[in-house]
Amino acid sequence: MLDFFMGHYAYWFTLILLAIGLYGMLLKKNLVKKTIGLSIFQAAVILFFVSVAMKKGATVPVKAKGIPVSEVSNYLNALPHTLMLTAIVVGVATLGVALALIITIYNRYETLNEEELLDKIQ
Amino acid sequence: MIGSEIPALIPITYILFAILIPVIGLWKRKVTWHLALLGSGIATALSAYGLIYLLQTGETIRYFFGGWSPPIGIEFVYDGLAAFIVLVINAIAFLVLIHSKKISQNEFPGKLTGYFAVAMLMMLGFNGMVLTGDLFNLYVFLEISSLSSYALIAIGEKRAPYAAFRYLIIGTVGGSLYLLGVGFLYTVTGTLNIIDMSAMLPQVIGHSSVIAAIILMVIGIGVKAALFPLHGWLPDSYTYASSTSSAIIAPIGTKVAAYILFRVVLFLFGVELIDAALPVTTVIGIFAGIGILYGSIMAIAQSELKKMLAYSSVSQIGYIIMGLSLANPFGFIGAILHVLNHALMKALLFLVSGSMRLKEGHSLITKFDDSYRKKYPWTMAAFTTAAISMVGLPPLAGFFSKWYLALGTIENSSWLLLAVILISSLLNAVYFFRILEKVYLRNPEAEQASEIESPAVQKNEVGFSMMMPMGVMALGLLIVGIFNAYIVDIIVTMFPAGF
Repeated sequence: MLDFFMGHYAYWFTLILLAIGLYGMLLKKNLVKKTIGLSIFQAAVILFFVSVAMKKGATVPVKAKGIPVSEVSNYLNALPHTLMLTAIVVGVATLGVALALIITIYNRYETLNEEELLDKIQ
Repeated sequence: MIGSEIPALIPITYILFAILIPVIGLWKRKVTWHLALLGSGIATALSAYGLIYLLQTGETIRYFFGGWSPPIGIEFVYDGLAAFIVLVINAIAFLVLIHSKKISQNEFPGKLTGYFAVAMLMMLGFNGMVLTGDLFNLYVFLEISSLSSYALIAIGEKRAPYAAFRYLIIGTVGGSLYLLGVGFLYTVTGTLNIIDMSAMLPQVIGHSSVIAAIILMVIGIGVKAALFPLHGWLPDSYTYASSTSSAIIAPIGTKVAAYILFRVVLFLFGVELIDAALPVTTVIGIFAGIGILYGSIMAIAQSELKKMLAYSSVSQIGYIIMGLSLANPFGFIGAILHVLNHALMKALLFLVSGSMRLKEGHSLITKFDDSYRKKYPWTMAAFTTAAISMVGLPPLAGFFSKWYLALGTIENSSWLLLAVILISSLLNAVYFFRILEKVYLRNPEAEQASEIESPAVQKNEVGFSMMMPMGVMALGLLIVGIFNAYIVDIIVTMFPAGF
């Protein structure tokens, strides 16, 4: 049982991060905190990809002396990391749009609390 | 001549104009609308040419970016289904952009340059999503189109930014869940290319990662497609967005997401394979059925035209996804035909509501009365066409997609879904004829009041640039309805393997 938890600790970590992110988005009233939850959620997905590509005792995918290319397990798979560079850029763009919307909302309603906001909108 | 480069040329046209519009907009602000029109016009012409080319040669075009063939490189797959959807979304965007000239100057003056540049970016995202043959590339295009649509929705009424923020939160969760699903599939198969992966999946279908991936991807795409329990973002976003934004996002955005669901369920996994792992088609069939009824009932409860149309969209997306869940040829024909029909109908209805907002300053159903038929005879005629088609009376287009869906339910003996189609048609009739009755039938009380006051009702029709796209769509509904057999002949060539 303990082995099951310890052996998959990266996945448990991802799962906990996803849960924290969802909690922040759904239950926090402040829009900025919601956005922070959003960032944590995206970071969890990114960390999942990074941990999937992790390999013990392997090196970067650059051909080196003494490490035969024929032995694939000597090299890391660089693709998930590369994909995550794009995903990080997407995350930053999302964060930017979210903050821009928050600024607009604050200028119009002078509050970022969701309940007050809904009262003012009605 | 340029046949084999078609799949790359369409997105490149949009990205070119997305860059050109702000640059030229700095120098001359008035030409941005013309540029946007030119951009989507070129893309429409290219996709029309592409579809004809494809029908003549009959071969799927696979375009490798940078000459790197998959699985190393990224490819665009231009098959019959992709060509058809690309033509539909580009043509609708072109017509809506023609209509947007006056509305854009009225609803968001001073933001024209940014608006049209972002609209081009959004179309880039949608076209890329349809064309790409790579699951991660699809995620990137999904986020491009989503980020642009958040921006387009935020331009609108006072409440629009908050609606857009909510959509952003929900939409990003959907996108992230999809990405997580792709990650699970990648760890098992080691490829991201759809064609490669579909060849490998039969060997690993029982793996728990694959099952998790199916759930995550279906939920993630379901959010974007506004499948019933995940539709929460849709009504507010469509209602408070600017008329042009909702007219361009409502017919296109959810359709493209539904198309991605088709790609994943029918082309990547295949119905038999995915149902062997999980009863996916049954589950989404049930949710689609509930969504159809829920959307129709909520639409009846609305007193605002745009909000009513938004809820009606939830219901109509249900039809398309129900066609997928039937997983037989009739269901597939009905769903793809409904993508075209609903894109035309919903765009037309949103354009009418936009015209009403421009002329009357509101689109409240309660304020509609029989003076409208004198003031706006042609707009109301177009509205009537779309409404009747929505209800599903022959010979208008809406009838035929429902007909094929009904045939599909009969073939599967899913009588409950057949009942859902029939009941929802009646519900559609309730909420559309309510408006038609106000506009066309004589109201005795109003008649008496008008004898006392008798306000001079003058013809106050919208201008040609707004009337033309509405007329084209209304005629399109009639033509698609009458010549649906030819379109079905084309759709029959698009069946996924195993049908």
